[in-house]
Amino acid sequence: MPINITMPALSPTMEEGNLAKWLVKEGDQVSAGDVIAEIETDKATMEVEAVDEGTVGKIVVPAGTAGVKVNELIAVLLEDGEDASAIDTSGGSAPAEKSGGDKVPAVPESSSAIEVGAKAATDPVPAPKNADGDRIFSSPLARRLAKLNGLDLKALSGSGPHGRIVKRDIEEALAAGTGTAAPAAAEAPKAAAAASAPATGASADQVLKLFDKDSYELVPHDGMRKTIAKRLTESKQTIPHFYVSVDCELDALLALRTQLNDAAAKDKEGKPAYKLSVNDMTIKALALALRDVPNANVSWTDENMVMHKHADVGVAVSIPGGLITPIIRRAEEKPLSVISNEMKDYGKRAKERKLKPEEYQGGTTAVSNMGMMGVKNFSAVVNPPHATILAVGAGEKRPVVKNGELAVATVMSVTLSTDHRCVDGALGAELLAAFKGYIENPMSMLV
Amino acid sequence: MADTNYDVIIIGSGPGGYVTAIRSAQLGFKTAIVEREHLGGICLNWGCIPTKALLRSAEILDHANHAKSFGLTLEGAMKADVKDVVARSRGVSARLNGGVGFLMKKNKIDVIWGEAKLTKPGEVKVGKSSKPVVEPQNPIPKGVKGEGTYTAKHIIVATGARPRSLPGIEPDGKLIWTYFEAMKPAKMPKSLVVMGSGAIGIEFASFYLSMGVDVTVVELMANVMPVEDEEISKFARKALEKRGLKIITEAKVTKVDKAASSITAHVETKDGKVSQITADHLISAVGVQGNIENIGLEALGVKTDRGCVVIDEYGRTNVPGIYAIGDVAGPPMLAHKAEHEGVICIEKIADVPGVHAMDHRKIPGCTYCNPQVASVGLTEAKAKEQGREIRVGRYMFNANGKAIALGEDNGMIKVIFDKKSGELLGAHMCGAEVTELIQGFVVAMNLETTEEELMHTIFPHPTLSEMMKESVLDAYGRVLNA
Repeated sequence: MPINITMPALSPTMEEGNLAKWLVKEGDQVSAGDVIAEIETDKATMEVEAVDEGTVGKIVVPAGTAGVKVNELIAVLLEDGEDASAIDTSGGSAPAEKSGGDKVPAVPESSSAIEVGAKAATDPVPAPKNADGDRIFSSPLARRLAKLNGLDLKALSGSGPHGRIVKRDIEEALAAGTGTAAPAAAEAPKAAAAASAPATGASADQVLKLFDKDSYELVPHDGMRKTIAKRLTESKQTIPHFYVSVDCELDALLALRTQLNDAAAKDKEGKPAYKLSVNDMTIKALALALRDVPNANVSWTDENMVMHKHADVGVAVSIPGGLITPIIRRAEEKPLSVISNEMKDYGKRAKERKLKPEEYQGGTTAVSNMGMMGVKNFSAVVNPPHATILAVGAGEKRPVVKNGELAVATVMSVTLSTDHRCVDGALGAELLAAFKGYIENPMSMLV
Repeated sequence: MADTNYDVIIIGSGPGGYVTAIRSAQLGFKTAIVEREHLGGICLNWGCIPTKALLRSAEILDHANHAKSFGLTLEGAMKADVKDVVARSRGVSARLNGGVGFLMKKNKIDVIWGEAKLTKPGEVKVGKSSKPVVEPQNPIPKGVKGEGTYTAKHIIVATGARPRSLPGIEPDGKLIWTYFEAMKPAKMPKSLVVMGSGAIGIEFASFYLSMGVDVTVVELMANVMPVEDEEISKFARKALEKRGLKIITEAKVTKVDKAASSITAHVETKDGKVSQITADHLISAVGVQGNIENIGLEALGVKTDRGCVVIDEYGRTNVPGIYAIGDVAGPPMLAHKAEHEGVICIEKIADVPGVHAMDHRKIPGCTYCNPQVASVGLTEAKAKEQGREIRVGRYMFNANGKAIALGEDNGMIKVIFDKKSGELLGAHMCGAEVTELIQGFVVAMNLETTEEELMHTIFPHPTLSEMMKESVLDAYGRVLNA
């Protein structure tokens, strides 16, 4: 009897894939274990092995076909003594026991082999989302209101009995602007949906049983924590990160800063009109670099490259219980003093959790500065819809070589993380070079 | 020296006060309750409960009068003996009054007998009661504490309300009655004028109507039971008029002339016409007002507004340590609202996790006239006024098997949904047993169901409750039995 080869599921959540290439042709002899085709998903290309031996009787789905549903018949294998007339492709889409996918290990949809390996070590059985373990208690009305308003219940915390999400939670979230699908997610819902599920971590039970019952306390997540977890997981799962680092000498910038701050007009009480920080100047430098390298000032959607006309720079502000990223809009156009004062206001209101959604949603890039905490360098996670984020370390005295001689300079290391889908490595390097130019020749920021 | 220091003192042992006291004791607070007149307050001594007892007698009499339609022959006549009807009603109150005393003892709540006055934050002076000891609270329960100064961190004012009176038509207890006198008539009057068609007025009107009294109701607004949905109100009016009740709406009693054993009410209608109605008595049922006087609120600067104490969503007044709940804290003046308000108040004081302010939209209201009226949530007019797009469903009792079998086929159920979200905004009913049915919709609203869950709920057959589901189906064009 002919053996049906069907589209394998390469991951537990895969629904369809592209048949990229056939490595056999009709009439070829194959034996079990031979690679017969390559399948592409949005993340990876996987090889399909033959499970049985026989002759390729018919290739049903030609190479290069996109969107082939899992379990759809893709080819028929003839056993000894059979010929093509035995092929009946009509019932091919039934779940065939001889699916080529049976042998293909179901791995998480990740392009990184290292990640897969690490994951396998800690979590040998990546349990698919269990309906119970993942259940969010909510009232029917809350669910419907969330759906009508495009809110994600996962991002909300419930105030009803036992944490049940009720109508007032939805109303509060709508009023506060939290829990809405992020702009990027809204623009690329398909990508997000396709990418969901695989990276479910260990369940709460799996984690807790590793510890003694009395050795910990459980603190329920608030909405901000849930949002951070969701957004950053989504980012690391869907955005191929690429990192570029560079050292910038700060002495000129520090000197200019002192000069500018000293020149600040003072009001009656002697309060200066502005007081620039290194961070303010970093924001401006990044904004100007994006103006100079507009191809890096982009956002990714599945359909289009979003080319931004202005550099809206988000600035990560750490607040008790989490962080938030208020945005300096059109930072490339704004004088340093304006950026500085805006930042002060944002910082203050962020800590009071009083930022308005329009003040922290959107943006085209971001700056995360841990220099004040003495961090030398680090890599940040891109926060979609941004395509880049600049991680800024501390400015510190370091030995440098100048004109072949050892000298001491104040040096700051920065690392740019890019979304490789839209900002390739060289482009990232170009952006960083422009940034370094402004930092090391700070007068150019003023003109 | 007796211990006079408490965590919580509650002034007034009505349904709000005594329930709050029990919850307070459950939460571990050392609790005392001050009462001057009768444990259980108006509700179970002179209000909700004894009227239900009277109305039950009326109901049985109504059924007996229709015995023939059930194939039953009554030999001789069924007659109401007013003395025994009243005695039964008083007995019901007495039983429950004793029950509250038992509950206080069981929960180790001290009862302090007398007139309470707030003297300063944290202190209550209890003086001699201004009220005589009368049934059903007679004698004063044993073991109560008496006059003296008591202290508590938290003082909850739950002093309730009393009948409001109109100038010139003040109740005199003889010809012009309030619910106190209407509750225990010495003899059945021949005719009555009832001023006001709220729950109290219409229930007494219905009772006396059943007892064969010629009753005229005068209502200022366009509809009887003016807080109800207009359609239901009109439906109820028709049913009451069919039973023989005379109803004059958009009219007011401008003057009452008293004779030796009758009154003449001057009733002025909207068009300015004045007519005169002579009857044995007039029942003044023009609402109730909060008991805010003489308890020391003014001196302590506790804010009041239109006869009620001003509170926040957890019963806190503007003065720390002083709280108010129930009728004295504002409308709707209903026992179940008072109870819930009290529980929220004390739980907030105890910082119980998950305490939420009461949603006033989910307070049901019941009127026990014949036919009964019950409702929760927004009326159709209110929903439209709020600019909501709505779906309305209706179902009539005359298409329900159980209602027909009961011989109670005159009634209707109406539901109002938000068109967009499917939120149940309101439910309104008129007919047999609807005061028991309404709770189904109250639970549904409180659990935030949409039409979908109600449609997926199995209602037992044959019951009146099936009409609730049918009304929901009707709102979505899917009614089955109509």
